[in-house]
Amino acid sequence: MSAPTSTEPVVKGRGLVKRFGSVTGLNHADFDLFPGEVLAVIGDNGAGKSTLIKCFAGAHTPDEGEMWVNGEQVSFRSTHEARDHGVETVFQTLAVAPALDISANLYLGREIRKPGILGKVFRQLDKKRMKREAGEHLQDLGIMTVQNLSQAVETLSGGQRQAVSVARAAAFGSQVIILDEPTAALGVRESAKVLNLIQDLRDRGLSVILISHNMPQVFEVADRVHVQRLGHRAAVITPRTHSMNDAVAIMTGALNIPENEQTLAPVNASA
Amino acid sequence: MSAPATSDYNLDEEFAIKRTPIQRLQMTLHRYPWLSSLIVLLTVIVIFGLINERFLLPSTVSLMIQQTVIVGTLAIAQTLIILTAGIDLSIGAIMIFGQMLMANFAVYTTASNVLPIAGQNPWIAIALGILAATAAGAVNGFLIVRFNLPPFIVTLGTWSVFMGLTLILFKARTIQGPEMPEEMKLMGTRFPVGPFNLTLGVVVMFLLFLLFAWILKNTAWGTHVYAVGDDPVAAQLSGISTKRVLFSVYVVAGVIMGIAAWITIGRVGSASPNVDPMLNLQTITAVVIGGTSLFGGRGAVIGSLLGALIVNAVEMGLSLAGVDQAYRITAIGMLVILAVGIDQWIRKVKA
Repeated sequence: MSAPTSTEPVVKGRGLVKRFGSVTGLNHADFDLFPGEVLAVIGDNGAGKSTLIKCFAGAHTPDEGEMWVNGEQVSFRSTHEARDHGVETVFQTLAVAPALDISANLYLGREIRKPGILGKVFRQLDKKRMKREAGEHLQDLGIMTVQNLSQAVETLSGGQRQAVSVARAAAFGSQVIILDEPTAALGVRESAKVLNLIQDLRDRGLSVILISHNMPQVFEVADRVHVQRLGHRAAVITPRTHSMNDAVAIMTGALNIPENEQTLAPVNASA
Repeated sequence: MSAPATSDYNLDEEFAIKRTPIQRLQMTLHRYPWLSSLIVLLTVIVIFGLINERFLLPSTVSLMIQQTVIVGTLAIAQTLIILTAGIDLSIGAIMIFGQMLMANFAVYTTASNVLPIAGQNPWIAIALGILAATAAGAVNGFLIVRFNLPPFIVTLGTWSVFMGLTLILFKARTIQGPEMPEEMKLMGTRFPVGPFNLTLGVVVMFLLFLLFAWILKNTAWGTHVYAVGDDPVAAQLSGISTKRVLFSVYVVAGVIMGIAAWITIGRVGSASPNVDPMLNLQTITAVVIGGTSLFGGRGAVIGSLLGALIVNAVEMGLSLAGVDQAYRITAIGMLVILAVGIDQWIRKVKA
């Protein structure tokens, strides 16, 4: 365990509660993400992983509790507001419009408009620029070298769609990228590609939240592992201090880790 | 970490899949949904042109285009709504409501005994008619967005409501052409274009088609209309205000219905509450034959123009060939089912 530093979390949540009718998704959950780390969030089905990150993504608004991004207290009512704070999310459903082409999807909801009156008043799109910059983003990430950016997303394979969604987050995320089960629908090769990309994002100074069911993947890329159980944070461990079996035991409630054995402070990311 | 075997992962390879000609056709139709309707229209023209040479006479073609103007203009509004995976059954009722309001504002009638509105400047009457249709569209949009009601049910209800309102307010009285000031009938003004005879209404319809084709393709709003119809949850998560987009679509559709009301007075030459009770279904027919998917997110307004033209061309062609009307409507019905079948096939396209 590394010595605690004075680093402030880039994303912080305290006492978050989210109810869906009679179902409690989050039950006073705490959360910390430190700059430049990959934090995995694991937990059993219904432990509130997706609910938790959806609060930070702006897709849910917590009923109780407080959230901070970069030390500033925030309350997101839409994904737009989260994006304005530099938090980008790749949702499990990918949130792409299948019938639209790749560049339209990359800029969905924040289209580049033509300069001058055409863009301001008539909201005309600058399609050329969107296409060019979309190509640059994709190339930049080395995710894919699709020649035809006007190809509809629904004609792409699962991995390629994932790539479009990840590229969108990576292209615009200035602080935090949240990935919800990014490899769940992917084959081995494509999964490896996404894991590489996650480390690449960290190397570029971004903080990454990774939700995954895949324990080996989590232990491969994560700096710290947030274990969610029954709607709150059960423990935070690292791949160095604990084993996969420990993680599973915490998830199921078989193991309780006292706070002084957890890793609530950032570890020095050493790749 | 373990070195993942990514070096051999080349997406270009995956894109270089060989496709059979049928698959390539499917791909092409998938990218340009209106293409199949263009092919159908050309086929229809060739077949009926061969059967009866009168079909291709400039006077016949002019008549066909003029006959398309009401359904064609309304089909633009219907296309926008269907692109959002909605449907508008009230489209004809709202148009008639707007039309009767226009006429009753401009002319003293029996309804004027009840409503102190008549004898206005015809331009004001036209503007108020368009405004009323816009407001009616906004009512649809409000009910659908605010209360999350299915568009089918909402517009089924407002269809009756606006038909009823028209009868209540305007006493079901047809206002004849000679009673109305010329401005009201302006859209029926004929003028020759080469050997053809067009009306101002036809020109306005074409301009509206061009305008909305441009808007859908080149503006953020257009992209959002497609995105909302395609996958509303994804659109929402992408930061699009789906409710605002949906509402704006119904309002814009209302404006188009108002313009269609003015065009209809010009085309019919009078303002009657009994124009055509089937207008709503005819616009849906045009949109579907034009290759726009009823499931939303796919299609183009140009296709709906082609769809409206196809319906009229088939009607005209069969009628010139001496086919009874009963057979003509049967043929149109089969055309609709064929169009939906093709749409389903095109949607199954795979990478």
